[in-house]
Amino acid sequence: MSAVAPGASSTMSPQAPSTRLAQRRARIIKERAIEAVLFLAALVSVFTTVGIVYILVKESFVFFQQVSIVDFLTDTQWTPLFDDQHFGIMVLLSGTLTSSVVALAIAIPLGTIIAIYLSEFAPFKVREIAKPFLELLGGVPTIVYGFFALLFVTPILQWFYPELPGFNLLAAGIVMGIMIIPYVSSISEDAMRAVPMNLREGSYAMGATRFQTATKVVVPAAFSGIASAYILGISRAVGETMILAVAAGMQPNLTFNPLEPAATITAYIVQVALGDLPHGSVGYQTIFAAGLTLMLFTLACNVAGHMLRKHFREAY
Amino acid sequence: MAYARDLTSIRRLIASHKRWDLIFAVCGVLALMVGLLTFTALFVDMAIDGVPRLTWEFFTNFPSRRAGQAGILSAWVGSCLVMLVTAFVAVPLGVGAGLYLEEYAPKNWVTDIIEINITNLAGVPSIVYGLLALGLFVYQFGFGQSILSAGLTLALLILPVVIVATREAIRSIPIGIREGAYALGATQWQVCKDHIIPYSSAGILTGIIIGMARAIGETAPIITIGALTFIAFLPPSPVTSEPPYLNFEWLTSPFTVMPIQMFNWTSRPEAAFLQNAAAAGFVLVLMTLAMNGFAIWLRYRLRKNLKW
Repeated sequence: MSAVAPGASSTMSPQAPSTRLAQRRARIIKERAIEAVLFLAALVSVFTTVGIVYILVKESFVFFQQVSIVDFLTDTQWTPLFDDQHFGIMVLLSGTLTSSVVALAIAIPLGTIIAIYLSEFAPFKVREIAKPFLELLGGVPTIVYGFFALLFVTPILQWFYPELPGFNLLAAGIVMGIMIIPYVSSISEDAMRAVPMNLREGSYAMGATRFQTATKVVVPAAFSGIASAYILGISRAVGETMILAVAAGMQPNLTFNPLEPAATITAYIVQVALGDLPHGSVGYQTIFAAGLTLMLFTLACNVAGHMLRKHFREAY
Repeated sequence: MAYARDLTSIRRLIASHKRWDLIFAVCGVLALMVGLLTFTALFVDMAIDGVPRLTWEFFTNFPSRRAGQAGILSAWVGSCLVMLVTAFVAVPLGVGAGLYLEEYAPKNWVTDIIEINITNLAGVPSIVYGLLALGLFVYQFGFGQSILSAGLTLALLILPVVIVATREAIRSIPIGIREGAYALGATQWQVCKDHIIPYSSAGILTGIIIGMARAIGETAPIITIGALTFIAFLPPSPVTSEPPYLNFEWLTSPFTVMPIQMFNWTSRPEAAFLQNAAAAGFVLVLMTLAMNGFAIWLRYRLRKNLKW
């Protein structure tokens, strides 16, 4: 019998076997119950996903009974809140895509360079300081970044390009890119540091420089990890809300020009949620249709990332 | 030696390759500087605009139509209460799920699904959680646009962070600890309760703090469930002077939180309100910095002191 278990003292004195069996049974039941409770806690994450899919699909289903999918995908206007209603998701998608492209054009190169630098070049001390600092950069609330984009970055950009409107995708995209750098760099760096040392040693032994080793040996070997970092960056950019709601304006605008203001899918959801649309109206359901589009988009990114990883996985 | 015919050309080749090393190192430092400079600019910008507004009254006044008298009382109280609900839900669920996946879960398809799920949930945009909460908590369950709905939403949002941190902390405990306890006849729950949870508590705490720091700055999901931006009253107090001393009416109360208050002020054209926004933003940045900084410090201490 156990020395730590409750009822341990009872083992010291002789006891009727029936009592011992009852204790044992009680303990088994308790253990099972605890395991069941912990299992339910783990299941909550599955319920969350099921809940998200259920709510998005249910509300979108009602929406698509009133608006045809063809219109939704091909219409070039998005005016669900006006009398003349149009539901062309392309308009919002163009804003999302444009801002994401600007953000990724900043986050991916800078994030990769930082990751390579920290993993292959930086002395120990620099790495120890830079990593927590980057983590802090990723922890700043996005609403603060939005404020910064609107009132600091936009005026600076206007100084170079005076015609730039006060709300624009460019400033929002730049700040969003800087916000995403830590996500890209930390995951890429982890992937590069997981590359075995003897690959680097082999490369150095052949007379390669650090730069050659980094770009021709380490990066290709870590590519599947770096690809997942990029995918995460893309989903962050596509799903980012507050920076765009604050700094890019909330006017639906079919444009691929970052110098213009435009609403994104996420900014539109915020705009509708800020007003008071009655529960069950078409306007209310549009945000779920928009959310479903967003969700499918990020899902597509994740699936693509998974396939990329499978394709490029290197085993050591 | 077909390529380099003499010593000088070899030296030149090596030097030119080494130059790339230097150029890249400079690029790396510059890229880091972009982050550093942005962060400094952001912090200084907030401080210059906001610090003059940071008086005692700013923390004890309700929002007002007059910018000079507006404060963040209802916002910070709302944030605290929402965080209370979030912590109360996310910590037991997250730690429980982490414990289950590391210590109990059999290797089967159910476990696989749960694991894939958690990975995917971490990549779901936060506003989608807001839509889930709007459909499920606000309307389906009838919680309304309340502190309870907001707390539950943020709890679901940070659940993956807590689970991942718990799992990492548990995984670093050597198997010998478990074997020792089992050898003395401990049951599985006794091993978890007396060994696994205490030894991983610092790592779990790090994850919880990082999750809470994220939750406190989240704006989008809370706007989506329809939190009001102008709240000039406090929710009923959770603690009362009469038995049973606890009051749960605050759970169903309308509320606002710090980031929403800041968003509201940011979207106004008057410069005075933008100053308020900067001040609220400064408080928010300080709070998240302090929490993240504490978590990083805790992890650093842990790594240094942990020798099994």
